[in-house]
This record gives sequence, C-alpha cells and structure tokens, in this order.
Amino acid sequence: MSERIDVRKTYKLYIGGKFPRSESGRSYEVTDAKGRFLANAALASRKDARDAAVAARAAFPGWSSATAYNRGQVLYRVAELLEGRRTQFVSEVAAGEGLTARKAEALVDASIDRWVWYAGWSDKVMQVHGSANPVAGPYFDFSVPEPTGVVAVLAPQNSSLLGLVSVVASAIVTGNTVVVVASERSPLPAVTLSEVLATSDVPGGVVNILTGRAAEVAPWLAAHMDVNAIDLAGAPVDSVTDLQVAAADNLKRVLLPRLDDWTATPGTERMFAMLETKTVWHPIGV
Amino acid sequence: MAGKKFDYAPAPESRGIVDLQPAYGLFIGGEFVDPLDGRAFKTVSPATEEVLAEISEAGPRDVDRAVVAARRAYERVWSKLPARERGKYLFRIARILQERARELAVLESLDNGKPIRESRDVDIPLVAAWFFHYAGWADKLEYAGVSTASSGPPKPLGVAGQIIPWNFPLLMLAWKIAPALACGNTVVLKPAETTSLTALLFAEICQQADLPPGVVNIVTGAGETGSALVEHPGVDKIAFTGSTEVGKMIARSTAGTGKKVTLELGGKAANIVFDDAPVDQAVEGIVNGIFFNQGHVCCAGSRLLVQESAYDEVLTSLKRRLGTLRLGDPLDKNTDIGAINSPEQLGRIRELSDVGESEGAARWSPPCELPDKGFWFPPTIFTGVSQAHRIAREEIFGPVLSVLTFRTPAEAVEKANNTPYGLSAGVWTDKGSRILWMAGQLRAGVVWANTFNRFDPASPFGGYKESGFGREGGRHGLEAYLDV
Repeated sequence: MSERIDVRKTYKLYIGGKFPRSESGRSYEVTDAKGRFLANAALASRKDARDAAVAARAAFPGWSSATAYNRGQVLYRVAELLEGRRTQFVSEVAAGEGLTARKAEALVDASIDRWVWYAGWSDKVMQVHGSANPVAGPYFDFSVPEPTGVVAVLAPQNSSLLGLVSVVASAIVTGNTVVVVASERSPLPAVTLSEVLATSDVPGGVVNILTGRAAEVAPWLAAHMDVNAIDLAGAPVDSVTDLQVAAADNLKRVLLPRLDDWTATPGTERMFAMLETKTVWHPIGV
Repeated sequence: MAGKKFDYAPAPESRGIVDLQPAYGLFIGGEFVDPLDGRAFKTVSPATEEVLAEISEAGPRDVDRAVVAARRAYERVWSKLPARERGKYLFRIARILQERARELAVLESLDNGKPIRESRDVDIPLVAAWFFHYAGWADKLEYAGVSTASSGPPKPLGVAGQIIPWNFPLLMLAWKIAPALACGNTVVLKPAETTSLTALLFAEICQQADLPPGVVNIVTGAGETGSALVEHPGVDKIAFTGSTEVGKMIARSTAGTGKKVTLELGGKAANIVFDDAPVDQAVEGIVNGIFFNQGHVCCAGSRLLVQESAYDEVLTSLKRRLGTLRLGDPLDKNTDIGAINSPEQLGRIRELSDVGESEGAARWSPPCELPDKGFWFPPTIFTGVSQAHRIAREEIFGPVLSVLTFRTPAEAVEKANNTPYGLSAGVWTDKGSRILWMAGQLRAGVVWANTFNRFDPASPFGGYKESGFGREGGRHGLEAYLDV
C-alpha cells in the first residue's frame, strides 16, 4: 500500500477578514531552522499594507465601541480555538524556530495562556488606568483610557507565536485594530493564527496579518497618515530610527523595541502605550 | 439695547509692584550669569511696544552649561534627597508663588499682553495650585500606579529639557517644572522669547526657597536655543508645548536617541451647541472658549458648531455679547481682551482672516476701537464657513471664531472629529446622557460639558492624534517624568 500524500496548506495574507494572496503576486520561500522547505508564503507589498490599514480603520468604530465584556468574551473564545489547534501550532513553532517538540509545546501553551491573560484585561484597564479627578469646582471630572486607533505592529522576529500573541492581544484588547507584519523567517504560526481569528468572533479587519519582509513593508506603515501608532518590537535593528522619523509625520505613538523576554509575565506597558486618556468635565448642579 | 454699553472709568492695576531690571542673565546653577556669547534681545510690552528689559540669548555653550549644572544637581543632590524633602521644597515654592501672586500677575500681563483679570484670577492661582498638587506627589510615587509589575518603585529620568510657549508663560512653566521636580528630575527650561520675564522671576523664587543650585535652570532665547536643548546629548527627557510643526521636528530629531518625549501641540477644537442648551450660558462659554487669552490657547474653541435650529438665536446673542467686550490696556481690571503677543502672531492672524474672507466666509467684528500703539486684533466671527475652508482647518491662535452648523448629533461628531488635531472639545446641552454620549464619540483629550477652558492640576490634559502625546496634570502627568 502506498503512503498517503498529504494535502498541504496555502499560506496567505489576512486582510479585512479575507485571505487574499499578495496583490503583487509575489511569494517567498519559508524554510525550517535547518533550511528545509516548508511553504511559500505571500510576500506582502506596499499595496497590501495600505489595504490592511484601510480594513483596520473600517473595523475600528465597531470594535472600539463594543463593550469591554463583549471584547473579553470574544478574545477568550480565540484562546479556546487556539487550544484546539495546539498540535498544528506546536509543529509550526518547532519547525520554524528549530525547537524540540517539548519546548515548542511549552511556548504554545504559554501563548494560549498569554491570550487568556490579555482577554481578562478588557474590563479592568479602565479601572486601573482611569481616574476620577478632584477638581476645585462644580464638575464631575473623570479620565478614561481609550484605544489609540489603528496600530501597526512589527511582530517579534524570534518569537513567532508567543511574541506575536503578546503584541497583538495587548493592542486589540483595549479596542485598537491592528496591521501586523509577522516574523519574516517564521511566518507560519501567524498565518495559522489568522485562520483561528477568521473562525472566531473577532470581526474582520480588527486583526490584519501580513507576511513578508518587515524592511520592505514597515516604512509604508510608519509613514501612513491613517495609522495612529506603531509597535517596533520586530523592526530590523538598523531601521528603528528611520521608522521613528517616518512616524513623526502624523505624530504616531511609537513603542520602541526592548530586550523582551516573551516568556515573562508582561506588565501593563504594552497596553498602556496604545491608549489615549480622555478627560471629561461634566457639570454638577441642581 | 444693542450697541449701548456702560462707561467704565479706567481701573488700572499698579505697575509699581513690579521691579523690572534693565537686563537679565541666564539662570544656571542657582545664579544669574551672563551668556558666553554675550548676545541679548529686547522684550517689549505688546500693548505699548515699550521695551521692558533686555534678555540674554543662550547659545549652545550656555545650554551645555545649564545641562551640566542640572546633571550635577541631579547626581549630587536632588536624586539623593529623600522624596519627602523634595516635596517640601515644592510646597515652599507654591507658598512663595502665592505670596508674590500679584507681582507675578502684573508682570505676566505686562510681558504677555493678557488681561490682568485673567493673569490674576486664572494663570497665577493655577500656577500655585500646580506646585501644591505635585508637591504632595513627591513622596507618594509608588502609589501612582504608573510602574509595571516588576520594575520596583518608579525612578526619575534625570535631566529634563523643557520648552514652553508664550501664551501662558508662567502656567506652562508650572505644568512642566512641578511634576518634573516632584518625580526627582532636574530641569533646564526655555521660556518663549517674547515672554521670559515671569520665568526669570520664578528663578528668583527658587533662590528665595533655597532650592539647591542647578535643580532648576532657565535658559532664555528663541528657536535656536530650543534646538540646542533638544539636541543636547545630556538631556534625558524633552517636554514641549507649542506648535504641531515644531512638535514634529522634535519627534524627528529625538528619534533614535532614547530620549523620552512628551508633546502638547496645536488644536482646532469644536465647541458644539445643541438647541436645548441655555443660550446665555452657552454664549458665555463660546466667548470664553475663543476670546479667553485673545484666543492664544491651544485648546481654544475655535470652531463653533451650532445646531441649525438654534443658529439664529445663538448668533444674535453672541454678536450682542461681543459688542460688550472691552479691548485695551491689559493692566486695566475691566479689560476682557488684551494685546496680541507679538507682531509675528498678529501677522498670522491677519493673514488667515484674510484667507477666510477670500475663500468666501463672511467676516464680522463688533465696533471696536484699537489702540494706536501695540499689537491688536478685534474679536472676529466668520459665518458661512465650510469644513474645507482654511479657517476651519488651521489653528489661527487668535480671537477668530469660525461658525459651522449641524443638524444631528452624528453630524456634529463627524464634523468635530474631521481634523488632524484632537486636543479638546466642548458640548453644550441640557441633557446629561447626551453629554456623556458625545464625550464618548469625540476624539479629543479633554471634553468640557457646559463649560470651556477649565484647568485643574488634578485633571489630566493632553491630545489625541496630531495634538501630541503624553498628559499633564494629575496622576497621569507623572508618567512623563518617570522611567516607566
């Protein structure tokens, strides 16, 4: 009896809840840590990045005005679906990052737990970050966090799932929508994550995932006038300053790369970096 | 009756309380010193064009001296001082500010041109309040909730370079220096070149308070002095209030340096009046929104959005009210509208107003006699303004109001948010639920309901989008000066 030929997956972009190939028609070869062929991933272009920004902007009003409880439930549901795909993530993380199955399992478990951690923040951020302000006058004065808007995210290069989950979940839990550029060398877990998101209750356009070269796509996102913030976690080291300069065109909020240990429990920094504070003066009187 | 107003006898505040020196040095390391290049410029009263004093212009070597002094004070004194003692210096400064409040108010009005009623009742009381508020924070930073889980107690950044504008000279100094010192930083502050005097008097107050030398340094000068400060490698933090254009330049030039930056920039705030708002109260708010401080306010309500059904009533009432505004001597206690701060600013206001007319909007000002000397612009309203007009899009920073209309709340929100800025907004309505709904929809850092241009040290202030980033005031304002 002959061995069964497996049916391989086509890895595509994820924009506005759909799975297009790159409009450029390009792809690039993804290999495992030892250089063996894994797949041809879409090589996103400037146009794809701009389409993704449009989709993220379109999704922003709905996602940011959803109740915190609802966003929390929607995100928790994503964790449930991640769990169901655990085996697939483990094999992709192991191959892409060159890890043993056991180490890959630990990272995938941590990724799912990270997603649950952030999901739980949805209805707590306002209490932790907000305030009632004792002003000297007849006003109820309060400050609340609000999402910054559309956030461009350069996902970490060396943590293809745990790092990715950390930068995506921290931005969307508060109501931002994102355009993510996946790890260039190991993009497959990001594509699988997009398949999870597509079958979850996360509205199309809230998370848009591009695969390709960060060095090619990032400058367009950094200079994009309808993107409000950029997370440079996975930016090519020699381009961080240039991206910061480009981001000044519309005064994007910039989160600079740090030596992140993605396995450590994250603080509130990533979430807070993508929040605005709105202060409201409400009159008091009879 | 329209057009008829009471006659007022002149009621000038005495200048005698202010002891002006002919020339001022730079305040570096606790002393007034001459600039190394010996350059100076004159500061004039914008109401009379009288030269008030000669101000030193700090060159790059002076800025360097100031940064070195600030660094030394940070390392040797300020960072070693128990937080409680740091706070006590700030309390001391707050008290001296109160003791010398009238002197500061008169000097501010002289140098800036703003009415004494405002400098006396708004600017200077808030300055003292700001120092009081942040004085108490100095030894409570670990309760501020700004640090992340694992980083331990919040730490200062080091030397803060601070650049402030001319519209609220001493108040902006307070917004910058009080939180910076409370968090344990030392500062080099550059006031705007047309309004240095109250900052230099503040330096004297630091001396009276026995603040350790070098904790506060004041370098006077124009844009070049500011650039030297922004680009100085010994500065850990830049805080800037001013135009969006300069804010972007600062964001670019600090890229890759690791300096922490906060920017409080321009605005084009919508002041939204619904047809159920009490008209008289709303009109007062509209006037306060755009004519307070001659409209030299980054959060000024420069776009009036009136619901169509209330348009005629609001405009009639607004025009009648404008007829009663008194423009003139800033030191007169009856003055509502003072002088424009500089000929450059007056030129910009004139230019954009002319553009408003040439683009087809209708211009109106009440009969208003302008003094012969000094820089003046009458309170001005433009009606028939569309969203595409430059006077509806660009910050004029003067007493010029653009009036637009809307029918539904959704249209009001759409128009209000149709700007790259996002600093402030106003909502006038009798309906509490509508206030909160509107507040939720407006993409702006501060939303005033049935009021406008209110400030409080406990209330975080700052912009969305191109109005900058970071907050000043309250617990949120600490983050700008802590390593978090």
